[in-house]
Amino acid sequence: MNKYLLIPLVLFIGLVGFLLIGLHRDPREVPSPLINKPAPDFQLQQLKEPTKTFAAKDMRGKVWLLNFWGSWCVACREEHPVLLKYSKGEVPIYGVDYKYANDATDERSGAMQMLAEEGNPYTMVVHDPEGRTSIDYGVYGAPESFLIDKSGIIRFKQIGPITDEVWTNKILPLAKQLNQ
Amino acid sequence: MKLLARTSCPHKYEARTMMTISKLKSATILLLLSAVYFAPSSIAKEAQPNEDPQIAQRMKNLTEQLRCLVCQNETLADSHADLAEDLRKEIREQMKAGKSDQEIIAFLTQRYGDFVLYKPPVKSTTYLLWFGPFVLLILGTVVLFRFLKRRRELIHEQPLSADERKRAEEILRSA
Repeated sequence: MNKYLLIPLVLFIGLVGFLLIGLHRDPREVPSPLINKPAPDFQLQQLKEPTKTFAAKDMRGKVWLLNFWGSWCVACREEHPVLLKYSKGEVPIYGVDYKYANDATDERSGAMQMLAEEGNPYTMVVHDPEGRTSIDYGVYGAPESFLIDKSGIIRFKQIGPITDEVWTNKILPLAKQLNQ
Repeated sequence: MKLLARTSCPHKYEARTMMTISKLKSATILLLLSAVYFAPSSIAKEAQPNEDPQIAQRMKNLTEQLRCLVCQNETLADSHADLAEDLRKEIREQMKAGKSDQEIIAFLTQRYGDFVLYKPPVKSTTYLLWFGPFVLLILGTVVLFRFLKRRRELIHEQPLSADERKRAEEILRSA
């Protein structure tokens, strides 16, 4: 048999392979260009005490998780118990209350109510009323989380809810490594 | 179809809730969405009455080249997602502040990556994407010409030698 006849078959199998891989990838998970880049600085009002502010650079020297969430966001409510479970652990969780962009509802009180009712996993939450900080971090859907190292470099981004698996297999090992 | 696609936007994880709410509610939402659907383009909706026509034109040109990350098949110009609205606001402000289109594109790609661009930039990681089809075309042409050449050689008529002629006559006679 002519061996050249096998070429189209091999090419076809290769193509099917690529398509199969494509089927199992989430097109929503757009790789962030911010990985291994400095975390954009911000200075935002604290959710509970609007007179005080919090800045990303206050966290220099610590490995921490910055979580963009909102009380309107269903997936954030799904993620909430997972964050609560790990909130007393080695990685402090800071929250950015991501506004529901142009919705008229008062996100600030909504967020405070949610934390009062369902527990607060956050060391601190800041409020981003304009959505500016969220744009700086390239957030396009809540929840999204960033693991930031001691020198303020973003090391990992989770798009979508953090699950037990993500926490134990990705965030925690990386945080331990960064803490050394 | 476009209307149906819209229901799964503007927020990824909102889609899940949409599925669980009652039929009555979804009918209302559909009605509301159709109102949005038949509304003129989002840009027109937001445009300030006394906006500089030059900025309006630049807005239109630029946002048509950019992807909305929430509804990935929509341009930033067409999308009704909240993020798209915020980004249009941001772009408009930057234009008013005198930023060039290149600077605004750089601002967006620094945050969201090249994925916001409908036309990916030519760089080492995209060479395959940009030039792959041409390489395949050239390869295909070369293979085709070699095949045709060989075939032409194969069907080229060659006169029979004396021996062959004798054998052929024998075969014809015995038939």
